[in-house]
Amino acid sequence: MIWVNQILQGVLLGGYYALLACGLSLMFGVMRIINLAHGDLAVLAAFLVWLLVAQGGMPLLPALFVVLAAMAVLGAVMQRTMLERSLRSGILVPLLSTFGLSIVIENLLFAQFGADTRSLAPAIDTLAYDSWSLTNDIYVGQLSVLIFVVAVALLTGLQLLLSRTALGRALRATAENPDIAELVGINSRAVYAIAAAIAVVTAAIGGTFLAMRATFAPYAGPSQLIFAFEAVVIGGLNSLWGTLIGGIVLGVAQNIGAQLDPHGFLIAGHTVFLLVLAARLVLSSELRSRLRLRREYSP
Amino acid sequence: MSLLAVEHLEARHGLLQAVRGVSLAVAEGEILALIGANGAGKTTLLRAIAGAHRPAAGRILLDGADVTALRAHRRVAQGIALVPEGRWLFPGMTVEENLLVARASRRSGPWTVERVLDAFPNLRPRLKAYAGSLSGGEQQATAIGRALMTNPRLLLLDEVSLGLAPIAVERVYQSLERLIAEGMTVLLVEQDLGRALRVATRVACMLEGRIVLEGAAAAMTREQVTQAYFGLGRDVARGAAS
Repeated sequence: MIWVNQILQGVLLGGYYALLACGLSLMFGVMRIINLAHGDLAVLAAFLVWLLVAQGGMPLLPALFVVLAAMAVLGAVMQRTMLERSLRSGILVPLLSTFGLSIVIENLLFAQFGADTRSLAPAIDTLAYDSWSLTNDIYVGQLSVLIFVVAVALLTGLQLLLSRTALGRALRATAENPDIAELVGINSRAVYAIAAAIAVVTAAIGGTFLAMRATFAPYAGPSQLIFAFEAVVIGGLNSLWGTLIGGIVLGVAQNIGAQLDPHGFLIAGHTVFLLVLAARLVLSSELRSRLRLRREYSP
Repeated sequence: MSLLAVEHLEARHGLLQAVRGVSLAVAEGEILALIGANGAGKTTLLRAIAGAHRPAAGRILLDGADVTALRAHRRVAQGIALVPEGRWLFPGMTVEENLLVARASRRSGPWTVERVLDAFPNLRPRLKAYAGSLSGGEQQATAIGRALMTNPRLLLLDEVSLGLAPIAVERVYQSLERLIAEGMTVLLVEQDLGRALRVATRVACMLEGRIVLEGAAAAMTREQVTQAYFGLGRDVARGAAS
């Protein structure tokens, strides 16, 4: 029963990872940017919500929406002023510039708020620890379930946006080829800015949930980024459902690892990530050689 | 007034000057065929008109309005659509999505998915197929359909027969000739001289970045064009152009 419990908790944890990861996945999918500041943007949003709620006395939901709106603007501005320029200089420069942005955000937060760890748990009252009991042995935290539901809803929404709407078609077309997208009338710069805004908003949602379920501090971003990054790689790039599955696989692996050994949480997660990564590399080279064979024999 | 006017256009690829001071005009309803050897600057000229290549000098006017400084998507909104050489569909999207995505500029006009399917009936059964899985002819039809979905006033066609089987070329040109009969203004690049002379109202021959011969298609002989094409006896070609 303990294993069922750990797997269930792992699935719910995976929802949180998927929430953090979907923005990373979207940004890579559309702009080919690996945003190393993604975790720090999540933490920045957590600080902003905390500032409005714990310091400013605002109710949580309105504060969250204010912050999400601000983060959307920040995402678009970041794309227009920084990422767009760095994209013109090849694939390495965006990596470096988001790394720089990550350091800037961390140290600005540190300068402003100090090194104290903080949490939004007090702001959500009993939701922080309330749970539903499924059996005598298995309890699920209400907040964990809420995070999972929000993650699934957000991923479904993003998937529908991409597959069903004109904006989604423009996003996919620009992702495939921005120059040709321009030639069919798509403003690729605006599409990029929208994609960045959406990605940063999802990071902000993830960061707010981080603040509710645990604690956060100015330098907490990279440790969140690594889980998001692993979820994206396990699930496969360019697939939002893959990101959810990747998050769940990571969460389950971590929880099973923790059950096996108190140190197993991180080790098991990283091991699964490395195994999947290695398998992908082997499979993709095999796939490529097979495709090459087929191409040679087809007329 | 001409719908498209290009004035003293120069375009470079780094140090290579691909287009050297080209001026041309296309009137409403006219079909201008650009011919010339590989590397003569035809594709660069078309891309510069569409906004995909930034010219080094010169002006591009659409219906008298200067569009030289506009980015490509703004020119699409003004009514210029390019069918690029090599077709360049979005392979991960279906035929239908490739057509619908071209509604981004929201230019009003008669073109709908249904009308594109009427113009290219071979696309009808392939509507939900991914563009990457199409045959060359179907890809070309989709590429032209995608350009038409922007409701262009001026259609730029770059080597639509390139890499297609003869029967597919025939089918594409049948559809194009129907478009032309409906009054579409077209600037096309075509390697097949016979086809270019038959479809076009006017022909311009490019050599090394310049237009060396220009005139009504009906009045032009194959010999004149061949000489201009290869740069043989340039004086003869100039004489014919003036």
